[in-house]
Amino acid sequence: MSRPHRVLEQVSGEVVDVRPGESLLRAMERQGKRCIPVGCRGGGCGICKVRIVSGRFDHGLMSCSHVDVGQRRQGLALACRLFPLGDSEVQACGEPGRATPEQQQVSS
Amino acid sequence: MKKGVMRPGHIQLRVLDMQAALQHYVDLLGLIEMDKDDQGRVYLKGWTEIDKFSVVLREADEPGMDFLGFKVVDDATLCRLSEELAAFGCQVENLPAGELKGCGRRIRFEAPSGHRFELFAEKEQTGKWGVSEVNPEAWPRGLKGMKATRFDHCLLYGVALPETLRLFTEVLGFSLAEQVLDDTGKRVAQFLTVGMKAHDVAFIQHPEKGRFHHASFFLESWEDVLRAADLISMSNTSLDIGPTRHGLTHGKTIYFFDPSGNRNEVFCCGDYHYPDHPPVTWTADQLGKAIFYHDRQLNERFLTVLT
Repeated sequence: MSRPHRVLEQVSGEVVDVRPGESLLRAMERQGKRCIPVGCRGGGCGICKVRIVSGRFDHGLMSCSHVDVGQRRQGLALACRLFPLGDSEVQACGEPGRATPEQQQVSS
Repeated sequence: MKKGVMRPGHIQLRVLDMQAALQHYVDLLGLIEMDKDDQGRVYLKGWTEIDKFSVVLREADEPGMDFLGFKVVDDATLCRLSEELAAFGCQVENLPAGELKGCGRRIRFEAPSGHRFELFAEKEQTGKWGVSEVNPEAWPRGLKGMKATRFDHCLLYGVALPETLRLFTEVLGFSLAEQVLDDTGKRVAQFLTVGMKAHDVAFIQHPEKGRFHHASFFLESWEDVLRAADLISMSNTSLDIGPTRHGLTHGKTIYFFDPSGNRNEVFCCGDYHYPDHPPVTWTADQLGKAIFYHDRQLNERFLTVLT
C-alpha cells in the first residue's frame, strides 16, 4: 500500500495521515484528532470547512450554500469531502463544533 | 384534528447524489421505492403506510427540506383552510393535481418560521406494502435494513416561534404537546401534534429562517432501535448520537445522517397527547436532560448541525 498523505492543519499544528481514497475528516476522526470540527460528514452542514493552503485534492459533492463556486476558487472546501492526492496543508475555518460567522452569513 | 388536518403526509428532501441517497433510504432505512417522475424525483414510503408515498427525494446542489405536507380530510377542508391561511397573512400557492405523482391538488404556504408547508386531501392509496388488506399478515417478508414502518415527524429550526405556534394551533388545529421555556418564560422549543402522537412537527428557536434538523421514522421496539444502531455501524453510516432516550417526548432514539448530511432519526415509543392535556414543559436549565435523558449534557453538534 502506498504511504498515507500527510496533511498539516496549520491552526492546531496537527498532522493527519490520510490513506488514499479516504476523506481528510474521516482520517482525522480515525486518528482521534480534533483539529477540524465534525458535523454531518456528508457535505451538507458546513461545519468542517477548511481553507486549502497547499497541495492537490479530489473534491466530493458539497452543499453550495456552504461552499459556492467563488469560495471553492478561493480554496475553501469541506474536509469531509476532501480527498488529498499528496502531502498538503489546510487551515480549519472554525472553532470545533461551531459554525464560523462567515459560514452563518453564507447559509442565511 | 380539530380543523380537519389529519397527519403528516409527505416530506420532500433535497439530496446531493440520488444513487447514494437511495442506498441510504431504501437499503439502510428500509423504505420502499414506489415511483419516479420526469423531474427525477423518487417517491418512497414506510411499509405500513396506506398512501402511495411519504418521502420524496430530489437531487439538488444543497441538501435540506423543500416542504412538509399534511393530509386533510377532504377538499372542502382544503378550500376552507386556504382562505384561513390567507386571512392569517400567508401567501397561498396552488399546485395542480399530479405535480407530485399520485397526489391531488396541494396548497403551499410559508410559515413564519421560514419553512414551506403543504396541505392536500387526495393521494393514491396503494395499501400497506407486502400485506393484503383482507386478513393481513403481521408483517411482510423482504423488508430491508431498519424496516422503518412510517415517516413520523420532523424537527425544524427557525425564527418566529410564537407566530408559527399561532398559525399551527389557530388555523391548522394542532395542539402544543411539549415545550421548552427559558428562564424568562420564553418558549424556545415547541412540539406540535395534530393527533395523539407526541409530535407531528416540532420547532426550535434559531436565528436563521427555514433550517432543517431531522426527519424521523418510526420503529416498533427498542430492540429495533438497537438493530438500527448495528446497521449504522455495519454500513459505516455517519452517526450523530444514540441509541438513547429523549426527555422531551420520552422516545427511544438514534440519530444519524444521510449521505448528503440531512439528519435522520429512527425511534420507538414515547408519550401520547390528547387535546385536553396541558403541554408538558421542560425548563431550559434542564435542556441537556430534556434532549438526551441519559447523557444529560448539551450536545453541540445536535444543536448546531443543520441543513
